[in-house]
Amino acid sequence: MRGWLSLLAIGLLLAAADSNAIEEQPKLSGLEFVSPETRSLQADDASNPGMLWVLRGEQLWQEPAGRSQASCASCHGEARQSMRGVALRYPAFDAGAGQPIDLKGRINRCRTDNQDAPALEHESEELLALTTYVAHQSRGMSVPPVEDERLRSVIEQGESLFRERIGQLDLSCAACHDDRWGQRLGSSPIPQAHPTAYPLYRLEWQTVGSLQRRLRNCMIGVRAEPFAYGSPEFIALELYLMQRAEGLPVETPGVRP
Amino acid sequence: MTRTMISAPETARAGDVVEIKAMIAHPMETGYRVDATGKPIPRNIINRFECTYDGEVVFAADLHPAISANPFIAFSTIATRSGPISFTWTDDEGKTETASVEIQVE
Ligand code: HEC
Ligand code: HEC
Repeated sequence: MRGWLSLLAIGLLLAAADSNAIEEQPKLSGLEFVSPETRSLQADDASNPGMLWVLRGEQLWQEPAGRSQASCASCHGEARQSMRGVALRYPAFDAGAGQPIDLKGRINRCRTDNQDAPALEHESEELLALTTYVAHQSRGMSVPPVEDERLRSVIEQGESLFRERIGQLDLSCAACHDDRWGQRLGSSPIPQAHPTAYPLYRLEWQTVGSLQRRLRNCMIGVRAEPFAYGSPEFIALELYLMQRAEGLPVETPGVRP
Repeated sequence: MTRTMISAPETARAGDVVEIKAMIAHPMETGYRVDATGKPIPRNIINRFECTYDGEVVFAADLHPAISANPFIAFSTIATRSGPISFTWTDDEGKTETASVEIQVE
């Protein structure tokens, strides 16, 4: 980590940020930037460790939980049908709460309101497994444009967070992911920051993690105070990233180094 | 809860070389880490993996702490006759996990 920070400091002095907006460039999944070995792990379900979380999610989907003793399946039936394409719509506007909610939050809402069970912790094995399982039902489907007008201002908030310089290194997300994708940060290639493979298995984590865990890592990397899990800032960033990834297919569960 | 994933062909011709892949969800705790309070986390890894087919061990491995979590093992064997291919993983706590798939050999 320290290695990449100092290299970074040098690299950034060299290139002044320009507005090389990603819209004018080809959209590439993070998968395009990983080694052939990592890519082949993701390509074959028998070798993709993320599939262990899909399996766990499938078990949890069937299990009665909470005071209602209702399972996800008892209301939603076959996830293959009922959850197909659902991940493409998240974060979505939650009319009840009057604010956007992401997929993890929506699943937790069903836990608390429909199963009458305690909410699951953000990076808990169970919530990750359920989220991975639900998102997996959209694998191969492309991210559509965001059409809900109520989300406009949230996308704008997400975009300004993406462009804002943060941390002791005084860098924005855009400085790396719009202006310098394809270049290297130490040994890591900088991807375009698409959210379409999450939750994903990261070899460094030795486990599946959420998009917010990845975003926290990037924030810590520039020595910024990361937003809290589930914070409105993260949901706005997630939504901005999602609309920025329009047209890319969902990969969940992805594999990254 | 333990989960395993096995990949093996459902059918093969006698004499074919068949590829087998086996993965198990396991933290492979190295024994070198400490928890949030500084207490060492005891080592708990899968230390032994075995695959039997047609009454014989066709593949076995001793595993060590440098092996990553959720170990993935791929190997090949020769199809002889129809029957179960069985897998056993044993960890430091003595817990054993098994899985089995059927292969049809013509
Ligand atoms: C100093 C450069 C840098 C900054 C600033 C930065 N990132 Fe990253 N980001 C990276 C690198 C490098 C990776 C890839 C790490 C790896 O996979 O090993 C990455 C990965 C990601 C990914 C995962 C992409 C994938 O395919 O899995 C997302 C999403 C992301 N960043 C979003 C952000 C956001 C949002 C911000 C601002 C809060 C940000 N990043 C700030 C360098 C940066
Ligand atoms: C008692 C019935 C019930 C149970 C149990 C239940 N849900 Fe739901 N779920 C609903 C209802 C009702 C909705 C809202 C449907 C709508 O808005 O169209 C919903 C919505 C959802 C959505 C959003 C769907 C969309 O199209 O945006 C997801 C994802 C979801 N549930 C996942 C789960 C999971 C995972 C579980 C188990 C942990 C679960 N649900 C348990 C009733 C239930």
